[in-house]
Amino acid sequence: MEDELSFSDIYGGRLALQRRYYSPSCREFCLSCPRLSLRSLTSVTCTVWLAAYGLFTLCENSMILSAAIFITLLGLLGYLHFVKIDQETLLIIDSLGIQLTSSYASGKESTTFIEMGKVKDVIINEAIYMQKVIYYLCILLNDPADPHGISQVVPVFQSAKPRLDCLIEVYRSCQEILAHQKAAPTSP
Amino acid sequence: MVLKAFFPTCCASADSGLLIGRWVPEQSSAVVLAVVHFPFIPIQVKELLAQVQQASQVGVAVLGTWCHRRQEPEESLGHFLEGLGAIFSHEPWLQLCRERDSKFWSCKATYQQVPTSPGAHSEDQVMLIFYDQRKVLLSQLHPPAALPDHQAGDATASACGLAAVFDTVSRSKALFRSDQFDEGLVRLSHWQSEGVEASILVELAKQASGPVCLLLACLLSFISAASTCRVFKLWPLSFIWSKLSTCEQLRHRLEQLTLIFSTQKAENPSQLMRKANMLVSVLLDVALGLALLSWLHRKDRIGQLADALVPVADRVAEELQHLLQWLMGAPAGLKMNRALDQVLGRFFLYHIHLWISYIHLMSPFIERILWHVGLSACLGLTVALSILSDIIALLTFHIYCFYVYGARLYCLKICGLSSLWRLFRGKKWNVLRQRVDSCSYDLDQLFIGTLLFTVLVFLLPTTALYYLVFTLLRLLVVTVQGLIHLLVDLINSLPLYALGLRLCRPYRLAAGVKFRVLEHEAGRPLRLLMQINPLPYNRVVHTYRLPSCGCHPKHSWGSLCRKLFFGELIYPWRQRGDKQD
Repeated sequence: MEDELSFSDIYGGRLALQRRYYSPSCREFCLSCPRLSLRSLTSVTCTVWLAAYGLFTLCENSMILSAAIFITLLGLLGYLHFVKIDQETLLIIDSLGIQLTSSYASGKESTTFIEMGKVKDVIINEAIYMQKVIYYLCILLNDPADPHGISQVVPVFQSAKPRLDCLIEVYRSCQEILAHQKAAPTSP
Repeated sequence: MVLKAFFPTCCASADSGLLIGRWVPEQSSAVVLAVVHFPFIPIQVKELLAQVQQASQVGVAVLGTWCHRRQEPEESLGHFLEGLGAIFSHEPWLQLCRERDSKFWSCKATYQQVPTSPGAHSEDQVMLIFYDQRKVLLSQLHPPAALPDHQAGDATASACGLAAVFDTVSRSKALFRSDQFDEGLVRLSHWQSEGVEASILVELAKQASGPVCLLLACLLSFISAASTCRVFKLWPLSFIWSKLSTCEQLRHRLEQLTLIFSTQKAENPSQLMRKANMLVSVLLDVALGLALLSWLHRKDRIGQLADALVPVADRVAEELQHLLQWLMGAPAGLKMNRALDQVLGRFFLYHIHLWISYIHLMSPFIERILWHVGLSACLGLTVALSILSDIIALLTFHIYCFYVYGARLYCLKICGLSSLWRLFRGKKWNVLRQRVDSCSYDLDQLFIGTLLFTVLVFLLPTTALYYLVFTLLRLLVVTVQGLIHLLVDLINSLPLYALGLRLCRPYRLAAGVKFRVLEHEAGRPLRLLMQINPLPYNRVVHTYRLPSCGCHPKHSWGSLCRKLFFGELIYPWRQRGDKQD
């Protein structure tokens, strides 16, 4: 079962949440971030090239112009490969674990898998971010030494930053699956 | 709990038979290792399993049946397979079935005994997880947190979670020796069924490595015995050896080579990786050194270098003389104490004159020395760089001397000033109590103390200026040497074999796993594909970096500034064997 809903992030940009229910024990949530806007790309390129042209008129060295082109290209490639995240996915599989995937604009995917034995709970927490107070979804990990303690907090959807309504959807589904986990004790 | 069946992708096209593997009750997961084909004799299958269990300490058992329906559905096969459940009893009994042209499988898990908790069903829902057996066998998991070490000979692999799957597959090598095409009693299907992999070169290298290692180990032990003989322990030689970074680097390389060519086999994978990293690092070092050597000997570059060396040394001395003349005048508009200025300036000028005479004395021999030193580059680029750093240290020895003189004078002055300042205020340093106490002085003591204090205060700017100039020069030389040492350290400690492995065979170094949900149909069990998530490059370098010489500065910036202010001598390179300051 698959459906798509439209939400907004903390800045007001549009986000698309795709929900896939593969089975009662496996669900996937895919958040697509807004794409790289042409306006910001042209403005940055124009600024860099104007600065390079200004330097060129001062120094009369044409290496500056080729260096500026090189820097713009490398910067753009680096930004697409290391910084710009296109999609963030959360796959939760009952009794296996939770998988977080971030796909970058250049196609690179970076995945983290957290086993169910380490997951203590999935919660919505508040944080102070710049001048705002925002909500974010996070996974709490068990501390092997202390049964009531938490060893790590893993935030989810860090670059998409959806608002509370989107987080509540994801939270409810995750809690349904985690409830199976808590209800069924380890098999004999 | 949902029952998870880990199924190898190589067995997905195998004929019908029995499933062999390990059942992990804590995670309710069944790891299928191989498929036994018909016909088989149950006694022989049980014998094989007992053998494998003894050899690998893994609880291998018959987990269920596998049915691959290529032709029309056969009812007799179905009943036969169900009958097998009575011969090999296992709790739970898995029945996997695949239609000929269908992508979707059917799985059933039946529990014979009635479960104790009333809520559980007798037929659990099953989740199928496909894994690539060869990759999981060869890969090594790197957990993020350090797990407590468990004994290697444990009967039950006490790894948690997915590490149990990796552990099971990697320990069951005994099971993978015989194949369905072998003439043995039992026909198995596993990852080797797609073709047993071997390489002639690797096998030859393995055979040859024994005697070669023995020979080289003897040679290296002879060399290290020769280097520790009594002659080198005499005082002047031992002092020089400890100060030269070339000797440190040679010693480090000798240790590494001894470890690589030792006749003991590596006990665990991390030791093997370490040996491989060291070997690749040494080979790269020697290759770069030979490249440098060939570049140097082309077009008589050594001659050019030797010709350029003496004029450069002359130039440096000339610049130093100009600097001292400037200090003896009115540097930066400051007014110096003329007498002290002249004394210090003339003393340092004479020193420079001596140094230049020595350099001119040595100049006919420089080309030959450089040629022989250039030959040492065939031992490695790191040795050549260490020699360069030592040559720089020797050529700037006069700057080091000036720094020491200036620092000692300044330190003496500061000590005198601080104690006389205490006298000026009527206090004294109590050595017994390690604190400042008040004290009543006689009049003549006060008089002389105050006189000396004013003399020292007015001479302070001159000494401080000389100290400042020579400390800056010394720090410049230290920075240059430091950069060379950094480069040497980089070549020494970079784990090139691990980086190459991560680039070419990323499944060997695993940070974890990742799952992909395959096509799904309602009513059928969920199918997932488990792939290996490779270790990121920065973690590869961090985990496998080789120990370097250890010549790192031990001071923090704060203590360094404090030492500079009080005129204490700074030794930036503390070699490994030196006593702490």
